[in-house]
Amino acid sequence: MSETKNNNKFENPHYAKREVTGPDGKQFIVDPIKDYFSDERPKVYEPNSIPVVEKFLNWARAESLWVLGFGTGCGSIEIPPLMTPRFDAFRFGIQSRPTPRQSNVFIISGYLAVKTLKRVIRSYEQMPSPKYVLALGSCTINGGMYFDSYNTINRLDHYIPVDVYVAGCMPRPEALLAAFNRLKELIKEGKGEKANEYAANFDWYKENQKKIIKDWNMPDYNW
Amino acid sequence: MKQVLEKLSASFEIEDIVYQRDDLTFLSAKKENLINLITHLRDIEGFSHFVLLSCVDWIEDDKFQLTYFLNKPEEKYDLGIRCMIDRKEASMDSAHHLWKQIATYQREIKEMFGVDFPGSPGVDEPFILEGWDNIPPMRRDFDTKQYSADTFFPRERPKTNDPKEYMKEQMHPGEWGEYRKEKK
Repeated sequence: MSETKNNNKFENPHYAKREVTGPDGKQFIVDPIKDYFSDERPKVYEPNSIPVVEKFLNWARAESLWVLGFGTGCGSIEIPPLMTPRFDAFRFGIQSRPTPRQSNVFIISGYLAVKTLKRVIRSYEQMPSPKYVLALGSCTINGGMYFDSYNTINRLDHYIPVDVYVAGCMPRPEALLAAFNRLKELIKEGKGEKANEYAANFDWYKENQKKIIKDWNMPDYNW
Repeated sequence: MKQVLEKLSASFEIEDIVYQRDDLTFLSAKKENLINLITHLRDIEGFSHFVLLSCVDWIEDDKFQLTYFLNKPEEKYDLGIRCMIDRKEASMDSAHHLWKQIATYQREIKEMFGVDFPGSPGVDEPFILEGWDNIPPMRRDFDTKQYSADTFFPRERPKTNDPKEYMKEQMHPGEWGEYRKEKK
């Protein structure tokens, strides 16, 4: 019989904390997991004390939306026409980036399997604050046609905070453009505070996430 | 093809041959003979292409049905080989040495139905369900709606009314029955 591979990289001895002797003879401790992640909890950022400055900052945030290129369900097929000449989201100043470190809008495009939810939470936590979430389709609202599935979640807002819901199955790219404009309005009014809400209710969100994701093998907060 | 199958039926104990179409046939084989049969079909009869492996839960008969689909490219001929195995401690001989891709099907069936394939590569690793701690979800005694309601924080559905009853009470109190009588 072949040996069973250890797929959990947090239990893999290659990633274990260890003492290493450097080329100069000095000994130091290497902890690869700590190098990649931080266990520090997210913080709530206070708004600027001068209202005019805060208003200006919100205007600037609203005009700087960078979408994470992460497709979770069937709705991700709506993103290519949105970005390309027919609907051309770039005229609203919306572009996509390939990594969560460079983006601040997360489009949850349709149903979420539990396996995907784990990746979504990691990506969401790696995005710089302030960050916004658009939830597409009925699946993210109440489960949609997958409401009785053993492997897809029913309500997205129990795991990550949602700024704008777009109803439909699937919503057309026009609906997505309307959602982007709504998101801009919300940010300009100072209501795009969901990243702070996540930080404030962090324990509640973690409890819900850990109830679903049974093989939780990552740090509690990774950014 | 009929002659070939009739010739094989004696040596491999084939039963229930159904000639469904000119290019599609189903047959049943016993668990002990199945690997020998598909090896023979692959090496000697030219069924060199493996199409799919699927599983059905016959909970009333206490059986799992495995269906191996083979294809003969020269004649464009499909062959479905059914095999019934016991539902309790279900296990089947692995066929990954014949076609590599069978290992993926076997891994999925292990996860979804709990049919074991000892020796198949990666058969015990999670395929789609990570950290699953319930009975395999495609078994028919698994209540998926109840599981979803218990696990995934279902949103309360809005109250709905039967349109006919609602109209009767709200819009036409008292008149409804008389109106129906007049129409008749």
